[in-house]
Amino acid sequence: MTSARRKSYGVKGAPYAFLFPATILFALFFALPIGYAVWLSLHKVQVKGLGLGSGARQEVWAGVENYTDALTDSELLAGALRVLGYGAIVVPVMLGLALVFALMLDSDKVRLAPFTRLAIFLPYAVPGVVAALLWGFLYLPDVSPFYFVLERLGLPQPDLLDGGGLYAALSNIAIWGGTGFNMIVIYTSLQAIPAEVYEAAKLDGATPLQIALKIKIPMVAPSLVLTFFFSIIATLQVFSEPTTLKPLTNSVSTTWSPLMKVHRDAFGEGDIYSAAAGAVIIAVATLVLSFGFLRAANSRNKRYDSQGAAR
Amino acid sequence: MPNITKHRRFVATAVVVALGATTLAACGGSDDDSEAQSGPAKLTYWTWTPGMDKVVDLWNKGPGKEQQITVTVKKQASGDTLVTKILTAHKAGKGPDLVQAEYQALPTLVSNDAVADIADEAGDAKSKFADGVWQQTTLGSDAVYAIPQDIGPMMFYYRDDLFKKYDLTVPKTWDEFAETARKLKKEDADVDLTTFSANDSGLFAGLAQQAGAEWWTTEGQKWKVGIDDAATQKVADFWGGLVKEGAIDNQPMYTPAWNKALNTGKQIAWVSAVWAPGTLTTAAPDTQGKWKVAPLPQWSSSENTTGSWGGSSTAVTTDSKNKGAAAKFAAWLNTDPEALTALAKEGGIYPAATTAQTSDAFTEPPAFFSNQADFYTTASEIAKTTAPSAWGPNVNVAYTTFKDAFGAAAKDKSDFGAALKSMQDDTVADMKKQGFEVAE
Repeated sequence: MTSARRKSYGVKGAPYAFLFPATILFALFFALPIGYAVWLSLHKVQVKGLGLGSGARQEVWAGVENYTDALTDSELLAGALRVLGYGAIVVPVMLGLALVFALMLDSDKVRLAPFTRLAIFLPYAVPGVVAALLWGFLYLPDVSPFYFVLERLGLPQPDLLDGGGLYAALSNIAIWGGTGFNMIVIYTSLQAIPAEVYEAAKLDGATPLQIALKIKIPMVAPSLVLTFFFSIIATLQVFSEPTTLKPLTNSVSTTWSPLMKVHRDAFGEGDIYSAAAGAVIIAVATLVLSFGFLRAANSRNKRYDSQGAAR
Repeated sequence: MPNITKHRRFVATAVVVALGATTLAACGGSDDDSEAQSGPAKLTYWTWTPGMDKVVDLWNKGPGKEQQITVTVKKQASGDTLVTKILTAHKAGKGPDLVQAEYQALPTLVSNDAVADIADEAGDAKSKFADGVWQQTTLGSDAVYAIPQDIGPMMFYYRDDLFKKYDLTVPKTWDEFAETARKLKKEDADVDLTTFSANDSGLFAGLAQQAGAEWWTTEGQKWKVGIDDAATQKVADFWGGLVKEGAIDNQPMYTPAWNKALNTGKQIAWVSAVWAPGTLTTAAPDTQGKWKVAPLPQWSSSENTTGSWGGSSTAVTTDSKNKGAAAKFAAWLNTDPEALTALAKEGGIYPAATTAQTSDAFTEPPAFFSNQADFYTTASEIAKTTAPSAWGPNVNVAYTTFKDAFGAAAKDKSDFGAALKSMQDDTVADMKKQGFEVAE
């Protein structure tokens, strides 16, 4: 009787015991910091009179004030629009290049494939800040070798640190750094396509271009969805490139991207409460956008599958 | 009824007891402090001054050894970054004992209750400093929140050789400054007298100070924000006008392009402060011995004032368990002749203590200005004319809005007055949001 009870207890408790370490780690290093950020975002500092001396400053409940302030702040919206414009360049160009490179590397006729693969991937290994610094120097007319050559050839010298040029300049850094990584992801899934599929296609008389368009791209669609998903998140969180270029030009303000505004609120203006609210808003927007996209992609896949099954 | 009276009396007693307990606790706190002072004390000091560890060694081997007070230096990043770090550490109750703080950061630190009042321990330090400098550490009260360390009186730097080449005279007033810039543009369209840079708010604050601006003042228990006052408007309009007509450049300083412009003579003057030789040495190494220094141009020829750009002090934190010992060290560091000489030699600072400005450490000009033997005599004369400054509890907010608003205005060559207004509005809005009483 006793042994049976112990046994049943042990079986029931086992999953919880196994879950325990992960739960603790999740709570300590994920739920707790997020909870603290949310708590901070609902508070503000309140000072009395001149606010000098001890006890003049206290933390009080602010309700949704920080959120309404952030959402009505034109700078946050302007920053979001700037980031969308930046993303509209980065994501299609980067993924398009990655797909083209992956298809080319996967083709039978390519030579020096391992070297080329590495060469395209290498910029991904350069830290973002270093990449931004490197490109920043190349964008500055007075120190850039490109501008020197353009001047010698009497060609027009575009201003890459202002207006539309700035978007091109920032996008270029992201594309340069990110294409290699996305290419590897797509290339890996291309390699996983069984050789029989190609054989059958060739027997049916498909040209390499037809194979690429009608077989390879549909079969790597899941990787394309994945890389798109990662790229959206990276775009919404763009921070280090504009921050690194900021000291070089008047065109990048301290609130250029939403994340930069969070950084400015916390470390420039010492207002961690507004910064926390901004961070929560960005996190929610990122979640909604990225999971919205994933759901849309999944439902499309399911429809595709069921159609295929019906056929 | 009797029950209620009894109840009231109980409440009253409870209040008295509670108050008494607070008072006792307060006494207990200060007792602890004085007790700790007599024993050996180990202090940590956050500073960004290069070579500070060598200066602190002098203390640890000399007066510190006698008084059993050992100081350890923890090197930090300078300026605004350190303020954030101090506030964060203070929030966690883990602040160091001593911090280096720029003058404009002191009200923020005081308002966050991060630095302690050391009026009792500061002793006769006050007499060692100019009134305008000392006043920045008291915030106009009886308290003393820091001991001044270095100052940054603003001065006008120019390429002597190129001024001769372009037949320019050193401007004595801002009107002459504008004329010089225009004349230079006519001589050579590729060369600029200087640039208006929006990436260091301290420069603009110093220029406004020279014009007589008082950005933060108090009226009873209310703050008054005067960023948009007549004096600052005058300064903003002046620089905005020069940028708009293209008489000077509008690109930020401290960039590789700026370094190159200074080094190759594409920019031939710099409105800066006494610490400029250090910056020029790294930015424009090929121009050694070609620069000269003069007083800042004035708003009218009868005036003789300058603003300050930079400068810092040593403050004792409220987290320190050895405030007395820390205050003793801070006073020694910034008033003792031996310490000041070492600070000047190792740290390259320009001391706030008036006697130190003419000490042995400052008989020779900096190596970069070997051509101007009277560099430091000129500097100490200029330092005496420093206008008082008035800082408030959210200088950080005003400074970040300056960078964005004036950066955009300089880029678009648009109205600097509008940029100044948004700086004023944002600063006032932030103070109101925090609950400060602000007089309209």
